[in-house]
Amino acid sequence: MEEKNPFSLVQIDVLKEIGNIGAGNAATSMSRLINKKVDMQVPSVKIITFDEVMELVGGAETPVAAVMINIEGEAPGKVYFILTIEEAKSLITSITGQQDVDLLNNTEQDDLVVSAVKETGNILTGSYITALSDFTGLLLKPSVPYLSVDMAGAVLSAGLIDVSTVTDYAIIIDTQINEGETENGIKGNFLFLPDPDSCARLFHSLGIQNDG
Amino acid sequence: MGDTATVVKVGIADLNIVSVPDKIRTSGLGSCIGVVIYDLSNQMAGLAHVMLPDSAMAKQDNLNKYKYADTAIDILVDKLIVAGAEKFALKAKMAGGAQMFQFTSGNDFMRIGPRNAAAVEKRLKFHRIRLIAKDIGGNSGRTIEFDPETGKLHIRTISEGERVI
Repeated sequence: MEEKNPFSLVQIDVLKEIGNIGAGNAATSMSRLINKKVDMQVPSVKIITFDEVMELVGGAETPVAAVMINIEGEAPGKVYFILTIEEAKSLITSITGQQDVDLLNNTEQDDLVVSAVKETGNILTGSYITALSDFTGLLLKPSVPYLSVDMAGAVLSAGLIDVSTVTDYAIIIDTQINEGETENGIKGNFLFLPDPDSCARLFHSLGIQNDG
Repeated sequence: MGDTATVVKVGIADLNIVSVPDKIRTSGLGSCIGVVIYDLSNQMAGLAHVMLPDSAMAKQDNLNKYKYADTAIDILVDKLIVAGAEKFALKAKMAGGAQMFQFTSGNDFMRIGPRNAAAVEKRLKFHRIRLIAKDIGGNSGRTIEFDPETGKLHIRTISEGERVI
């Protein structure tokens, strides 16, 4: 097994700042979209096993709605925007006005619901990646957004395949945003999973030494 | 359902074996494959949650042998035989290998499910273990549970309910 935490404190702070800047920009977009105040939590940086990744969102079998964007370019990786099913439903309701959305059995789902979630994910992850690109000066090319509503394990492991050929740990920058006004407002998690090589490029672009 | 039976859980890129009355289970299979190798006469079974097809694609020095179809199946077979299973009696079932996101263009990792499935079948053939049943592909996550007493594999999905193979 390799070193579990390869980063210095300074490097961890840099990764947190990346989460701050990305999710901060995404929270602003979300606020405009639902016309409400949106807050964000302090990002956390985790270097964890694949099983622990599943636990982040409530365990491998928990149903989630996830929009995933694959980043290519100078710092490849994945960005996920993850909502619980309930949160995804209230998000859809607040955007489309449609009540009683059935997200889990959406084989014949009306396109409006699917595209509402996809487009929201696209806008938010897009803001995240734009902010990241501006901050680091790196060229980041996001893919189109992919949506999956299914078990967290199944959805998240799809994003771990590239990483898993190199290591058994994932580096995850986790930032939660939430609708500020109510207790049970919409919460969503941004997970940024840089490929192992990408961290060195992120540090370098910000003038931080790779060896800390 | 026995009251004292335990359900042994297998994580991602992990494997384990059980015997009656215990059952063995793994959750949230996406492109990964859950492969069960069992000996009904000795009432035992092993399950591996395979993530990648071939250990030759590893880019790490101390590779995790439980992660790859070829190495995980070798270890599973060994463990079963050490625990008292008969090699000639071994049979297999498998599930998983879905595509969770509907990619339009493809780099390799996006098609990993079918490659995982093919690699598992190939390694089973190498060990002359008959594949009795499989539930592969589609785009739903699966949770599977195997009972070494009945030889039945229960497969649960969120949108399509449960089936038994």
